[in-house]
Amino acid sequence: MITGTPKPIEEILEMIDPYERIVVAGCYGCVTVCRVGGEKEVQVLASTLRLARETAGKKITIKEVCLERQCDPEYIEQMRPYIHDYQAVLSIACGAGIQFLAEKYTATPSLPGINTGFLGVTERQGEWAERCQGCGDCVLHLTGGICPVTRCAKSLFHGPCGGSVQGHCEVGKDTPCGWQLIIDRLKSLDQMDNYVKLKPYKGWNTSRDGGPRRIVREDMI
Amino acid sequence: MKAGSNLEKVLAAGHFAVTAECGPPRGADPEVVRKKAAYVKGNVDACNVTDNQTSVVRMSSVAGCMLLKELGIEPLLQMVVRDRNRIALQSDLLGASALGVRNMLCLSGDHQKFGDDPQAKNVFDIDSMQLIHLVKTMRDEGTFPSGQKLEGAPKFFIGCAVNPFADPFEIRVPRLKLKMMAGADFVQTQCIYNMEKFKAYLEEARRQGLHEKVKILAGVTPLKSAGMAKFMKKMVAGMDIPDPVIKRIADEPKEKQAAKGIEMCIEQIQELKEMEGIAGVHVMAIEWEEKLQEIIGGAGLLPRPVVE
Repeated sequence: MITGTPKPIEEILEMIDPYERIVVAGCYGCVTVCRVGGEKEVQVLASTLRLARETAGKKITIKEVCLERQCDPEYIEQMRPYIHDYQAVLSIACGAGIQFLAEKYTATPSLPGINTGFLGVTERQGEWAERCQGCGDCVLHLTGGICPVTRCAKSLFHGPCGGSVQGHCEVGKDTPCGWQLIIDRLKSLDQMDNYVKLKPYKGWNTSRDGGPRRIVREDMI
Repeated sequence: MKAGSNLEKVLAAGHFAVTAECGPPRGADPEVVRKKAAYVKGNVDACNVTDNQTSVVRMSSVAGCMLLKELGIEPLLQMVVRDRNRIALQSDLLGASALGVRNMLCLSGDHQKFGDDPQAKNVFDIDSMQLIHLVKTMRDEGTFPSGQKLEGAPKFFIGCAVNPFADPFEIRVPRLKLKMMAGADFVQTQCIYNMEKFKAYLEEARRQGLHEKVKILAGVTPLKSAGMAKFMKKMVAGMDIPDPVIKRIADEPKEKQAAKGIEMCIEQIQELKEMEGIAGVHVMAIEWEEKLQEIIGGAGLLPRPVVE
């Protein structure tokens, strides 16, 4: 899923300072699962903002909504009947959702209520970790199902570097060495043959480095 | 001769080689390099110039190499893949070769979190293994890795670094082999303090006959004090300093610890010199270049051979 973290309330208050009528828009997609931008978070954020503004003597009207997904046009359309009654939308969906709102409602400022994080997994309740950078050229079949681009702090293709100590990365003891994980896994799968091969330079053009990416599926158009 | 550098010639002639390193200053003052260079001159076959080590911004390695060269010291260009993509790496390699640099060392580079700019974007477009391959392709094929022909191939004696003390230990020799497959001509190791572990590493490398195909220069760093040893052990990832080594220097009174550190370093070089498969020594006297002559001379490695 796409993960994220709430923006500090002070930052949000500053963002919405010029406005008296806003929509706080959540999303039932990824951000609901990682509990940063779902229906419940919309309620909590709206209440917090109302209270803060009331305390500051600057009342605010907030409409609370949660869309099925902010990354699909048909759900964004659901806001059209009332969007013009509000001065801004504070979205707590991921960056894609926030931008899609801005794109569809060009007259209404779209404000980010969260900082979008990464493509990750729930390691345990309340803890998420990155697993994929969406580089567009997956090599997981060669690396024991563990991604060197994401899990190695230097995205090495022939790790681990000299900074791998007792299973952790040189960037910190909380970060497992991705290449230690890969080697352990290759050994257990009896696939160490994959390790002792020189890998070609990675083509980053399938990643963000090729410019903003687009997928066109002719079979679906 | 692949590049015809002095280091390559010394090694090819079968001499026990000596390299040292010179960290460029955190500023534009060339005198800092010249001052360090004066301590290096005559004591080594080539001198590494580090590339923004520990991710702290310093004068560029190419500039440092040129300052050494002006003083008649053969430079060894260190190059990390942390800060430059393949376009910049290739360009700098061409430039360094054009200016007469004939040795280079391919490195990943410490993560940028250790420096003054932890918020910097890192690059790691290719890794150090692939940088070795890139240099070799340019040197031996006369083409860019993209396949385009070069107007003059760069000439480098290609080095790589290995850390026999990082984990997991069992892939350290296979990783050296990979670096050789990629095109490394010589290796400089991480500072060795744990001789037992290093011997185990070397024995495995020898068993596979690697020492016959690549020149292994053993890395040593004299300890200035017990405090330095403890700091390095704690703070530098992959630095293995056994407690008995620390104890040996810590048992000395403070004012005698530096001399002890030098004595231990000399002893170690003498031991390394006798090991089959060790082609030379890389003395990293960190911010202690003035002791190079004492250490290298003390180990019986002066004067340096002149090979035509």
